[in-house]
Amino acid sequence: MLPGFPLALGITLIWVGAIVILPLTALALRPWENGWDGIWKTLTDERVIASLRLSFGLSAAAALLDIPLGLLVAWTLTRFEFPGRRLIDALVDLPFALPTAVAGIALTALYAPTGAFGQVATKLGLKIAYSPLGIFIALVFIGLPFVVRQVQPVLMDFDQEVEEAATTLGATPGQRFWRVMLPGLAPALFGGVSLAFARAVGEYGSVIFIAGNIPGQSEIAPLLIVSKLEEYDYAGAATIGVTMVLISLAALLALSVAQWLYAGRRAA
Amino acid sequence: MSGFLRLRLPGFAPLMLLATLAVIGVLIVAPLGVVFFEASKKGLDAFLASFADPDCQAAIWLTLTVAAIAVPLNAVFGLAASWAIARFEFVGKRLLLAVIDLPFSMSPVVSGLVWVLLFGAQGWFGPWLEDHDLKVIFTTTGIVLATITVTFPFVARELIPLMQDQGADEEAAAVTLGAGGFTVFRRVTLPNVKWALVYGVLLCNARAMGEFGAVSVVSGKIRGMTNTLPLHIEALYNDYDFVGAFSAASLLAGLGLVTLVLKTALEWRYASELSAGRQR
Repeated sequence: MLPGFPLALGITLIWVGAIVILPLTALALRPWENGWDGIWKTLTDERVIASLRLSFGLSAAAALLDIPLGLLVAWTLTRFEFPGRRLIDALVDLPFALPTAVAGIALTALYAPTGAFGQVATKLGLKIAYSPLGIFIALVFIGLPFVVRQVQPVLMDFDQEVEEAATTLGATPGQRFWRVMLPGLAPALFGGVSLAFARAVGEYGSVIFIAGNIPGQSEIAPLLIVSKLEEYDYAGAATIGVTMVLISLAALLALSVAQWLYAGRRAA
Repeated sequence: MSGFLRLRLPGFAPLMLLATLAVIGVLIVAPLGVVFFEASKKGLDAFLASFADPDCQAAIWLTLTVAAIAVPLNAVFGLAASWAIARFEFVGKRLLLAVIDLPFSMSPVVSGLVWVLLFGAQGWFGPWLEDHDLKVIFTTTGIVLATITVTFPFVARELIPLMQDQGADEEAAAVTLGAGGFTVFRRVTLPNVKWALVYGVLLCNARAMGEFGAVSVVSGKIRGMTNTLPLHIEALYNDYDFVGAFSAASLLAGLGLVTLVLKTALEWRYASELSAGRQR
């Protein structure tokens, strides 16, 4: 029997209690200070509804676009050998490593009407920065590594004999991808999308610079929490915070159920 | 495994490679490049002048201080948590693991908000703090607390899977041979997990120094006082001092790049001593 269990568990529980449990308890209890009426009033406010819809809608859309992009990058990195492959592989993690405020002002500089990409977009009649489209691009940026890093190990371990068997049996490349590869990759894709979505919903730093932050149009839910705090509306801020956590959990639960149903259907 | 697809689908591989380079270039390299481009737009003197600003120096100093407090604390916690979780069986272990991961799925803004709800003027302990003339929110203490919340899981996350894979055989042997608890930890466990610990500390530190959302909620953003480097960047940017903002940002981008290089080096050099998910 190894020593040190009481000490190690003691430190762990004290730290978890102080840094996670106690603060989250304060978060969960705060919305109730004005009763149901207060919560109802906050949640039926048009500005709050619009920001929640924007945050969750754009996060879902960005996570969905990360599927083909992430699959493409992961595929190229695992299946082809080319000079600079390891550099590209390392760069995939940049959205993790780059502080969000830096990413935020950099994306804004690129996509603002005067920026390198913004000028092109303006000629095409598109407004990217200071609109929901800008938020969408920032969310695609921060979500990409999640999908790549989930898919990559699965692709690396993928049994090539299965693919070769499919080819021998007359499968076209398209069939091989849709009928053989994709089902094997589905769990990793579900996982990557869940992580990208969860991160995107709460994302703040890389979004607020490019968003424009117009109430009802391009104001994300985390920013509204900050506004409520600045008005000393603690209960309102906590209500939005708890709502975001609950919707995220529900969405992630729905994704796991979908994955579970999918796995069941495949097994049947 | 390289190129087996290319054999069957001539012309397909170069196309995918080009598409990948386009995605990485537009989505990832361009934002990184624009930071250094904008910082150097008005020449080296303007770039360097941004760092002569006392507010910028105060921000750098504050960021270093906060990381110097938050990272070691979370490293100690990570070691304790992984020792308890990877070496012992107890009721509620899965729940504890889920709670440790929780900060990863919380909005950074919420990670800051919770401390305002506890220690803010109208927070649970706000009146008590005021009676005793103590301040947490809008001070370094609050910034440290918010940073700790955001970086909480990094070290534990690297260590727990690795220690579970390694098993307790070596430690059990040391105990049988009469080694005491701290000797086992120092002579057996620590050498076995040292690169994973370095890896976790590296990621924890990068996040601690770069954190924006959680810190912006608790800091009060007093220039030269409670502005960390990311908050200083925001202040300059909102003042339309773009060279100043991007110069400061280039420092953090540099930190991100160094982190990336070291992280990649660890993944190549010490793959077998990192948790399975980190080997490539």
